[in-house]
Amino acid sequence: MSDMIAPETATPVAKVETPFRRFASEFFESRIATVALCLLGLIILLAVLAPWITPQNPYDLAQVDVLDGRLPPGSEAFAGYTMWLGSDGSGRDLYSAILYGLRISLSVGVASGIIALAIGMAIGLLAAYAGGRTENIIMRVVDLQLSFPAALVALMLVAILGKGIDKIILALVVAQWAYYARTVRGTALVERNKEYVEAAQCLGLSRLRVVFRHILPNCLAPLIVVGTVQTAHAISLEATLSFLGVGLPQTEPSLGVLIANGFEYMLSGRYWISVFPGLALLFTVVSINLVGDQLRDVLNPRLKK
Amino acid sequence: MSDVLQVSALRTHFFTHAGVVKAVDGIDFTVRKGEVMGLVGESGSGKSITGFSILGLIDPPGRIVEGSIRFNGAEIANAPEPELQKLRGNRIAMIFQDPMMTLNPVLRIDTQMIEAILAHEDIPRQTAWERSRDALGLVGIPSPEERLRAYPHQLSGGMRQRVAIATAFLNRPDLIIADEPTTALDVTIQAQIIHEAQKLTRQTGTAMIWITHDLAVVAGLADHISVMYAGRIVEQGATDDVIDRPLHPYTVGLLGSVPSANKRGQRLYQIEGMTPNMLAMPTGCAFAPRCRAATPACDTAPPITDIDGRQLRCHHPQIAGVAS
Repeated sequence: MSDMIAPETATPVAKVETPFRRFASEFFESRIATVALCLLGLIILLAVLAPWITPQNPYDLAQVDVLDGRLPPGSEAFAGYTMWLGSDGSGRDLYSAILYGLRISLSVGVASGIIALAIGMAIGLLAAYAGGRTENIIMRVVDLQLSFPAALVALMLVAILGKGIDKIILALVVAQWAYYARTVRGTALVERNKEYVEAAQCLGLSRLRVVFRHILPNCLAPLIVVGTVQTAHAISLEATLSFLGVGLPQTEPSLGVLIANGFEYMLSGRYWISVFPGLALLFTVVSINLVGDQLRDVLNPRLKK
Repeated sequence: MSDVLQVSALRTHFFTHAGVVKAVDGIDFTVRKGEVMGLVGESGSGKSITGFSILGLIDPPGRIVEGSIRFNGAEIANAPEPELQKLRGNRIAMIFQDPMMTLNPVLRIDTQMIEAILAHEDIPRQTAWERSRDALGLVGIPSPEERLRAYPHQLSGGMRQRVAIATAFLNRPDLIIADEPTTALDVTIQAQIIHEAQKLTRQTGTAMIWITHDLAVVAGLADHISVMYAGRIVEQGATDDVIDRPLHPYTVGLLGSVPSANKRGQRLYQIEGMTPNMLAMPTGCAFAPRCRAATPACDTAPPITDIDGRQLRCHHPQIAGVAS
């Protein structure tokens, strides 16, 4: 009897294929996504290294010379360096200003994205897990929140709170947490009814453990996708608020402020003041969105070929 | 031998909008140490709900309305949740039908097994890891260290069910409820899994309830068989007795519909009709509408009768064994 029942033959595990590794190889199958990810990496690198690779600190008024104002791209500044992208109305080197602006735009986007994700995730999980009346109340609040355009919610909040990076981030979090909550709740509802959850309960694991250790990791895929897209959304939302003059102050120009500054010169032919920051914003948002699209394709099993 | 589990007059009902579903409607059975009980019945007969009732995992709108479940002498029916949580995975373990679904796809095998140990015992991670490795070796998994590092999708179905069985045995439980653990597997793997399970129960003295719809599976495995129909146990007794000399017309029908070599060329017996609608149960014997031996007497529910050490719910026991 015993020789009939040979132990199952071992399938060789040469390289431990972690889900991450599999995911990475699928991600890089798309050339566009690879390029977008490289571009995004470059943008982040430029933003992080801004103080070391720019000729001027646009926040330091001592370094900004009004006499350099509105110079076309390629002109030489009074201080001697070349302004490859020209300068704005107050004499800021646009190249420096854009990199510093990217810093602000990216950090506002990422910070609000992470905070909104954490809050939305917790609320969404709670809704899915608690069910019943709690779930109903939470989800109606989410519906209410989502029925207002995010820009309107953020605009109202900033109008009430005032200017400043922290207030902008708060406004963006309030405007966006509901997207995360809805996504997590939807996925968690599906996951909750899967057999591995029942199996985990049968192992005697506590409820919190089942929710955070077993259900949550299985909800991460859609959450990452929504997180990427919403971060891009947060960046453009911040630019919108700054452009409208209710976002960040003139002394700490984000990309939106820079675009707004150049807007008045557009008709007089000084295109560069608005266009270059605008292009920077465009490349940032588009590259994040392209990365997000590919993430969605890779992480959604239904879209697999 | 001592009784590990004593279920008496257990009723688990589901209160749905359409009405009350009596999924389990008054069942009694006992499982002793080291014994395997086969719980046989078709889909919807209440086998799995019986298992979940024992573990206290009946979700609303269902609940245990009546009866007692004594585990090692202590009453656990409707026990408080923390108490049940201490039993689950520790004293009573469960093995599920589909090994593809019961392991968390994003966690490694070692994570899941160690977690199962640490949920009940305060021991170092390393010790828990070693115990997991030994458990995998015990169920015939080659190079268990490597398997522990794997993710569920890297293992075959049979391998995953071995992992599930190893996990069930991790904390040396007194009782294992196996809910159709071989249904999703190939026949060859089925035989291996049954062999492993049988070996482990003999070695550890663990009692087991093997839930299945396949009489052939339990025939070679179980010490006792309980046949369930529409929420009730209709026949219960030692495996050999039930298989060789079935008394209830339903058991006779089930056995008659198993294909075998000496029935070659003949038409296979078929139990006519469908399982009754759980919302509108017949008042008398639930099997009567499909039963060939049914008489007007079957309009009243048959009481449990004892025949040759077997419990039976039937007005017309098939003493002569007249199947088709």
